[in-house]
Amino acid sequence: MAVTGAIFVGYVLLHMYGNLMAFGGADVYNTYAHHLRTFLMPMLPYQGFLWVLRLVLVLALVGHVFAAFTLWNRAQKARTTRYAVKKAVAATLSAKWMRWGGVALLAFVVFHLLEFTTRTITPGGDSDSPFTRLTNGFSLWWVFLIYLVAMFALAMHLHHGIWSAAQTLGWTSSALSRRVAKTLGLTIALVVSVGFIVPPFLILVGVIK
Amino acid sequence: MNFTLKIWRQASQRDQGQFVTYRIDEISDDMSFLEMLDLLNEQLIAKSEDPVAFDSDCREGICGMCGLMISGQAHGPEVTTTCQLHMRSFTSGDTITIEPWRADPFPVLKDLIVDRSAFDRIIQAGGYISVNTGAAPEAHSVPVPKPNADRAFDAATCIGCGACVAACPNASGMLFMAAKVTHLGELPQGQPERASRVLSMVTQHDHEGFGGCTNIGECSAACPKEIPLDVISTLNGDLRRAMQHKPS
Ligand code: HEM
Ligand code: FES
Repeated sequence: MAVTGAIFVGYVLLHMYGNLMAFGGADVYNTYAHHLRTFLMPMLPYQGFLWVLRLVLVLALVGHVFAAFTLWNRAQKARTTRYAVKKAVAATLSAKWMRWGGVALLAFVVFHLLEFTTRTITPGGDSDSPFTRLTNGFSLWWVFLIYLVAMFALAMHLHHGIWSAAQTLGWTSSALSRRVAKTLGLTIALVVSVGFIVPPFLILVGVIK
Repeated sequence: MNFTLKIWRQASQRDQGQFVTYRIDEISDDMSFLEMLDLLNEQLIAKSEDPVAFDSDCREGICGMCGLMISGQAHGPEVTTTCQLHMRSFTSGDTITIEPWRADPFPVLKDLIVDRSAFDRIIQAGGYISVNTGAAPEAHSVPVPKPNADRAFDAATCIGCGACVAACPNASGMLFMAAKVTHLGELPQGQPERASRVLSMVTQHDHEGFGGCTNIGECSAACPKEIPLDVISTLNGDLRRAMQHKPS
């Protein structure tokens, strides 16, 4: 859970950073998209790096989801009679939403891949320019809304997930390290979710075009 | 003070069980929660009804027998054991729901009493520590740094009441087990068996059917001894190292 989650944390940080290229306009963004495909060439074939990345991500996803459902199942079996009254006193909203939030993120990733990777659905119209595909999509308010909700779910998932991963890896054995892990979780959650949503927002309101 | 009590009644392990509502009046705010239940039982016995079965022993917060789920909180609204909880923590007229710990590894024996032997088996799986018995050794022969001694002592205050399991959304026994692992792991005497101890305890814990920890923190908040979450990190660290250097 922790290790595969850490792979995703690294990935969303890089992906978020890459998306910020949209600020540079069509040329900068399209060069970036092209560069992603020629990265490490000629050591790797065209799109080689992307495929390595995809393989790592798919493996991490399978591991992450498998671990999540195992935990879910164990919890279900460990308490077959529920409480009539149960108060949560310490759980953060993020912690409570890990399971259903994770399911929502999975649904989002499927939608997202259909939109930008396979181009099966092309809200706003398809184009050969990655930048135009981006601006076409996010000029629609409902596309933006889906991403907004997804980034909210992502922020919550990272907020609890990062601290939880540190705890699982045994790095938080003191009050200080625990505070550091929690602060780091909140910070990365905010940086990633805000960093992701700013370019689509600016496209929606017409600043980036 | 007077209260409406919704109490889980279950005649035996196999019985279905259901909530029964009782009214209780003239409760003093100095009474402990268990004294309030004692009073209810006296009234039930006077009416030739079956008294409510609940566990208690020391009634001074050190044995860990008295765990009850009180209106959704393990040991009630204060950070203490049920026996040390007083009726002044409630408002007269309240409806109080009283349930046994809910976790399949802790089967309900009768009414509010659960069987916590699973905890004993986890301790047992932890095994021995290698110290010679007999005459007390010279105290200076094995120095223990003060911070380690303090942490070991804090972890050792765990009374095994099971509130952590009861409060955990996953019904995990992680805080209990981690308190034991940390208490021995901080001390020189606990080092020789440190790796095998954590491996066997975790195996036993999972075998008993407790859930897995997802670091939510309800356990620590419910713990009458305020065992902090960082013991779980210590257990995880020990487990990771033990799995990396697994003796073949
Ligand atoms: C507002 C937020 C996001 C935007 C605007 C965005 C945008 C994009 C775009 C334009 C691509 C295609 C890149 C290319 O073809 O070069 C892409 C690919 C991808 N994104 Fe996102 N993304 C966002 C958030 C996320 C999140 C939160 C995740 C994961 C949790 C994610 C996972 C992926 C994956 C797995 C790919 C496919 C990589 C591949 O195999 O080609 N994205 N994204
Ligand atoms: S009866 Fe011993 S701790 Fe409550």
